[in-house]
Amino acid sequence: MKKFVKEFLRGIIRENPTFVLVLGLCPTLAVSVSLINGIGMGIAATFVLLGSNIIISLIRNVVPDRIRIPCYIVVIATFVTITEMTMKAYSPALNRALGIYVPLIVVNCIVLGRAEAYASKQTVVNSLFDGLGMGVGFTLALILISGIREFLGAGKLLGHTVIKGFEPMFVLGMPSGALLIIGLLLGFFNVLKNRKA
Amino acid sequence: MSLGMNNQNNLIVSVSPHLHKDESITKIMWMVVISLLPAGLVGVFIFGMNALWVVLLGIISAVITEGFLQLLTKRKITILDGSAILTGLLLAYNLPPNVPFWLPIIGSFFSIAIGKQVFGGLGQNIFNPALAGRVFLMASWPRYMTTFTKPLNYDAVTSATPLALIKEGRVLENLSYWDLFLGKRGGCIGEVCILALIVGALFLLYKGYISWHIPITYIATVGLFTYIFGTKGLLSGDWLFHILTGGLILGAFFMATDYVTSPLTRKGQIIFGIGCGLLTAIIRLWGGYPEGVSYAILMMNAATPIIDRYTKNRIYGTQ
Repeated sequence: MKKFVKEFLRGIIRENPTFVLVLGLCPTLAVSVSLINGIGMGIAATFVLLGSNIIISLIRNVVPDRIRIPCYIVVIATFVTITEMTMKAYSPALNRALGIYVPLIVVNCIVLGRAEAYASKQTVVNSLFDGLGMGVGFTLALILISGIREFLGAGKLLGHTVIKGFEPMFVLGMPSGALLIIGLLLGFFNVLKNRKA
Repeated sequence: MSLGMNNQNNLIVSVSPHLHKDESITKIMWMVVISLLPAGLVGVFIFGMNALWVVLLGIISAVITEGFLQLLTKRKITILDGSAILTGLLLAYNLPPNVPFWLPIIGSFFSIAIGKQVFGGLGQNIFNPALAGRVFLMASWPRYMTTFTKPLNYDAVTSATPLALIKEGRVLENLSYWDLFLGKRGGCIGEVCILALIVGALFLLYKGYISWHIPITYIATVGLFTYIFGTKGLLSGDWLFHILTGGLILGAFFMATDYVTSPLTRKGQIIFGIGCGLLTAIIRLWGGYPEGVSYAILMMNAATPIIDRYTKNRIYGTQ
């Protein structure tokens, strides 16, 4: 059990997809305007990661090596389609807010990266915990970035005004604000990591 | 022969450079600050005491940020070398006179922290810190950054800048070139009085702290371009108006010439100046903003490493 907890925690801190592996930056930059978008994107990506990691780990011994990437993409695309259809049915507003970035989870490098680097070499249970950990790590990173951007850029959190009379910095709601915040957070986490080492 | 013995101490073997000048970063920075004072004094005279508070807050906040970050990262504290003071001063000169008090504070913090210290401090920054701060404020709080006070009217009556009026397609009446030259117009604190800026710039040119290459090519390019592409057809532009308004003189002499973020060679500096001029004129004539000096200089700052790479001086004796 301890081993599974370790697999799970690795994706959150030591190999956080956003701040340590620096993968999947495209959706991170694009959708982190508001907290709800960040949470929605995080959950969608976690579901896809979990499903694709399990299936790819299950079929790892039957897929020929030379065509493994197309096979992984088919598996991933299936889960993304399930996610998109579910989101369209139950949360059309969120689907509209995330737009093209939901189908683009197919090419999210975190998902394919975990499939190629981990799930295709590990047991199903390990892959499950890895997918879950990576997904939660990605979600937490998105929550952090989008929370900062929504709070400072619009003066709100989850759409509610937090401090009255606060003058929001519009720039953080723009793409340049996303790059600024991610850059500063990356630097901050690198400082923490170097201090520990 | 006792000659050799007596002169023994005069023969010192050392590595180059052998010729020294008493110039230092500190001295140059303070000289630039002094050369900027006339423009600020006129700005305070034109816009009232509020302008003075904006400038002081900008400087103090820049110095405190620099000291705090150097303390935090355990580096040598260099708040008295004048560079932080200059950054705070230049940022404040680029603000409208009646901004809320927290605007210069946040702007200076951004200039020093993000514009300079995250890159490693003085000499390492890619972008002019003061302009980075200004553009950040412009993108964050455009409402405050584009509300200007009427000149010589101390009741905080707002007025648009001449460039903003031109952008809206309005005709400027009762605004002579003399008014523009002396600074009787709406604008940022330090940019309005061309006369005071030129006095400071001549002092810097005379002392050799800046060379003519960037400012003159910059201003000439803006003049030429705005003359060619005038509103009433080709070769009809009001080039003198474009040179005298906006932040062109302040930017060309005091910000585009920043040692750290401009090219090293004369050839590179001319390319840099022409590039700044083209971008400024294009933004003013066809861009979304009325004024383009800060964006133009920042864009050319980004191009500086490439310009430096292709304009290296030939080393004597090589092909």
